[in-house]
Amino acid sequence: MTPQPSSINSISLHNFRSYEDATLASIAGSVVLTGPNGAGKTNLLEAVSLFAPGRGMRSASLAEMVNDSSGKRDFAISINMSAADTDTQIGTGVAAASPGKRSVRVNGVAAMIADFPSYMSVLWLTPAQDRIFMEGASDRRRFFDRLVLGLFPDHAGHVARYEHAMRERMKLLTSDGTIDPAWLSALEARVAEHGVAAAAARRETALALQPLIDAQTDGLSAFPRAALAVLGDFENLLAKGLPALAVEDVARGALASRRTNDASTGRASYGPGRTDVHVTHCGKGQSADRCSTGEQKALLVAIILAHAQLIASRLKRMPIILLDEIAAHLDADRRHALFEIIMHLGVQAWMTGTDRSLFSGLDGMASFIRVNNAQFNVE
Amino acid sequence: MVADLDHLIKLMARLPGFGPRSARRAVLYLIKKKEMALFPLITALSDVAAELTTCNLCGNVDTVNPCHICTDQRRDDTALCVVEDVDDLWALERAHSWRGRYHVLGGTLSALNGVGPDDLNIKGLVERVHAGGIEEVVLAVGATLDGQTTAHYVATQLAHYPLQITALAHGVPVGGELDYLDEGTLTQALKARRPL
Repeated sequence: MTPQPSSINSISLHNFRSYEDATLASIAGSVVLTGPNGAGKTNLLEAVSLFAPGRGMRSASLAEMVNDSSGKRDFAISINMSAADTDTQIGTGVAAASPGKRSVRVNGVAAMIADFPSYMSVLWLTPAQDRIFMEGASDRRRFFDRLVLGLFPDHAGHVARYEHAMRERMKLLTSDGTIDPAWLSALEARVAEHGVAAAAARRETALALQPLIDAQTDGLSAFPRAALAVLGDFENLLAKGLPALAVEDVARGALASRRTNDASTGRASYGPGRTDVHVTHCGKGQSADRCSTGEQKALLVAIILAHAQLIASRLKRMPIILLDEIAAHLDADRRHALFEIIMHLGVQAWMTGTDRSLFSGLDGMASFIRVNNAQFNVE
Repeated sequence: MVADLDHLIKLMARLPGFGPRSARRAVLYLIKKKEMALFPLITALSDVAAELTTCNLCGNVDTVNPCHICTDQRRDDTALCVVEDVDDLWALERAHSWRGRYHVLGGTLSALNGVGPDDLNIKGLVERVHAGGIEEVVLAVGATLDGQTTAHYVATQLAHYPLQITALAHGVPVGGELDYLDEGTLTQALKARRPL
């Protein structure tokens, strides 16, 4: 079965970030948003990103998303989208009466954020992610976990549960008084159960992504081939071929044996929270953190595009890709290669940049929108 | 607004499921329907405050101690169902499918919220089991992380007694369609599959 195209036909924003009321209608194909800094380009991308599970591409609070100048406490975003020849109206936002809770409506009927993957998949790459190879393991893990979530919707639940159990364990270990070993064992069993489930999903995603990265970068040499390796205490045991239940047994034992050490340092020395995603630039045989800024960006783009293909092949539906300030750090060859891949895959990409000329390769093939003071001008 | 009324609204707004707006609506309704709603409510609240007590044996709330369930001769003494709170006991009683006894823990373990084993009625459970006669303990706690941690802990405390420890199954709800289930529940349902 060929993956079905999926695209947003129109989007309306009410009281969201810099937008008071704005509508972008009759969108055809990919979208290029150009305009000066602070015009509202990234805010529009963030609005689209809210149609994926989670808090969007900025991980912002709901209060931050409300238009500052309006004095109101509500906001709303509504999109009309097509997938598999079916139009769907999806809305999300917060009501002034309950500003802490985001509501969702699909075709006018109340729904949940968890329902979004049934209608669409949204991926993104932002300038904030450009430095993930230079930052700590937790940033890379979060980036990769979002990719995993595209394939395994319950992954976020496993991650949240093992993180909660780890916090509970550390709270017990560092508290005054006698530590109840049975309570610690109960918590470590939860860490093992949910941590191993999360590790298995991470490993399976990496294994599925790698051949797609290889195939993509073989044909279009503008992008470097990235070698992905998910390295972690649980992932390493799974890589040795141990069944998940055996890994859980090893994990429980290892966590129990490290209690004294973790209590004295106040940090967990073992577990799924230490997993790192290592990326190597195959052409150079160099770790990504030692590559140039442009090469790091190219590696990230290659991973995101491979992930788009993976989503398409598994879910039989094209994802929507948000590429914020994508032209920055990519040379002309790579920009054109990127545009060719986007057109070849048939995904709807939403791209932003201050300089329109950087997107000239998409003339006649994408919708060009000039954004200024939170208003849209279709070119 | 009259100070007494304002005080009443604030008290109502603290109740689970209420907020300032719904509390105002409820209070206004009570004032308008004094004979039909307000006075019966005052009587019912007063009766509950005067008569209701917590069962020393199982932790249930009733007008007698031990409670009606603990003294019911028709119930099975050999089977004990452990629940987090009284509302869970009420839910199981509504289902009319459990004929054994109950034990209410009074919450779940949570280091972050400062709830430890001594804050729950676990010692009472162990004493009941230690007294003998119980052949099965059903851990009917929630499928939350804290619920499952508590179940694991309780099971450890009872591990050396000669009895069967069981847990509620997680999976497909009665009348539910697979297509509408989340992946986590479906996975649990598949893991807990049984021969027909």
